[in-house]
Amino acid sequence: MTSLARRQNIVPGFRVTLGVTLCYLALMVIIPLAGLVFKTSTLSWDQLWHTLTSARVLAAVRLSVGAALAAAAVNAVFGTLLAWVLTRYKFPGRSLVDAMVDLPVALPTAVAGLALTAIYSEHGVIGRITQEYWGWSIAFTPTGVFIALVFVGIPFLVRTVQPVLQDLEKAHEEAGATLGASSWQNFRFILLPQLAPAILTGAALAFGRAVGEYGSVIFIAGNVPMISEIAPLMIISKLEQYDYAGATAIALLLLGISIIVLMTVNHLQARLQHYRQPLV
Amino acid sequence: MRDSASTLTLPTAVLPTRKALTFSAGKLVPAGLILIALAFFTLVLLLPLVTVLIEALNKGLGFYWSSLLEGESIQAMQLTLLMAVLVVPLNAAFGIAAAWLLGKFRFPGRSFLITLIDLPLSVSPVVAGLVFVLMFGAQSALGPWLAAHDIKIIFALPGIWLTSLFVTLPYVARELLPLLESQGTDQEESAVMLGASGWQTFRYISLPQMKWALIHGVILCNARVMGEFGAVSVVSGHIRGQTNTLPLLVEILYNEYQFTAAFAVASLLAVLALVTLVIKRVAVRQSMTQSEL
Repeated sequence: MTSLARRQNIVPGFRVTLGVTLCYLALMVIIPLAGLVFKTSTLSWDQLWHTLTSARVLAAVRLSVGAALAAAAVNAVFGTLLAWVLTRYKFPGRSLVDAMVDLPVALPTAVAGLALTAIYSEHGVIGRITQEYWGWSIAFTPTGVFIALVFVGIPFLVRTVQPVLQDLEKAHEEAGATLGASSWQNFRFILLPQLAPAILTGAALAFGRAVGEYGSVIFIAGNVPMISEIAPLMIISKLEQYDYAGATAIALLLLGISIIVLMTVNHLQARLQHYRQPLV
Repeated sequence: MRDSASTLTLPTAVLPTRKALTFSAGKLVPAGLILIALAFFTLVLLLPLVTVLIEALNKGLGFYWSSLLEGESIQAMQLTLLMAVLVVPLNAAFGIAAAWLLGKFRFPGRSFLITLIDLPLSVSPVVAGLVFVLMFGAQSALGPWLAAHDIKIIFALPGIWLTSLFVTLPYVARELLPLLESQGTDQEESAVMLGASGWQTFRYISLPQMKWALIHGVILCNARVMGEFGAVSVVSGHIRGQTNTLPLLVEILYNEYQFTAAFAVASLLAVLALVTLVIKRVAVRQSMTQSEL
């Protein structure tokens, strides 16, 4: 009987939904992205190489990738901590904090960028302090880029780690504790191995988002050539000079990074299949 | 590790040692962790939100309202709302169709389709905008033909509409897919066996179950359409009074050093974000109780 049910899925709508999905994806995703690849194929290798290895583009790509990596690492620590605190402890304001974790997803990037600039510029709440006491300016430097990317990445970590933490068997930790493990040993040898795939997935998602991030970064970055320009901004500046070939070359690089990140995440998520979360 | 003292109803005087113990190690570590987490939360998440609201009211309520009621702001609001109306229903319909296909059926190429749906989320918004400039811009293959027929796509509303569609394509599908996957097909099969038509099965069996996940996806999709900056900024051309959405207006005001006005417009978007978070919270709660039933 089961074999019969397997062979013939009687749930309606296969053809209609397949048709709609394929047409829409073809129109909205495949053709536009194929256009990008096609445009690249009209460039010569020399042109491509020349664009991508020019000092200014190299500096921008290095900053985007470097700051995104650093932000993902910081979020891996603090995002995991936040997820841990939210799932394991009760404290006043917990549900407010839990709801607000999604703020970077809901808040338009331009608004976030504006706010961060106001906070970290030399007149801002925090910028003033760092400037006065340590002579350290954050806005309009690579540090500013890093801070914006930390903001953007938080929900990815928390929302990936949280469901795994919720489902973890406390019995394992309790067994560890009764066998004499310290809380650090318990964390290091019992919790961390179970959380590692989720933390890596979250960090990869945060990294992917951060590399291409534009809106929340450009305000606080100040966009000083060679110092605080990010890769997506280079696309815009090439476009403004009508250098479509150059813009396409950088875009292709970013698209390549996105696809690699996406494949890594899919691979990691295969291990987390049970927790596959709608992530945005 | 957990403090058992708090659940004890015995008078504390009876257990003096126990009480002292909970204060030393059992509570210090959680309290410390909570404190660090809250400090991080306040610094990184709360502070920006509060800043927007405070800076917006920097010059008083009168200035706040007048910057919101200015012609350019009103026009930007209208355009932003128009985009939401034109984009969200289409992507919601696509999301339902795609999630149905990928959640209820197994077929070769299925995971490839999922990756394709995910792609707009992982692509840089600037790249998303560029893609449409390359397709429809003046220098593209279609460019001369479009110009000859006086059709404007880039630096006009159709361009903004197309990029918004692209950027928000995955939201509804991604929210619905895990739900439909976990539900399986038993109920739909029973409905069909009992003689329900395809539409009836969807309308009376599946739709009520996915209601809250759908609301969740739609509200996120809406927030992104209204707040999208990078992709729209590439194709919009920033024509004042014509192709400025609210986020683009924020940037223009900021570049003109009209900081308070920029924050006033930004506060509008921040309120939208807060409303989004509230509805999202409700939707998540409801879908959780629904799945427990």
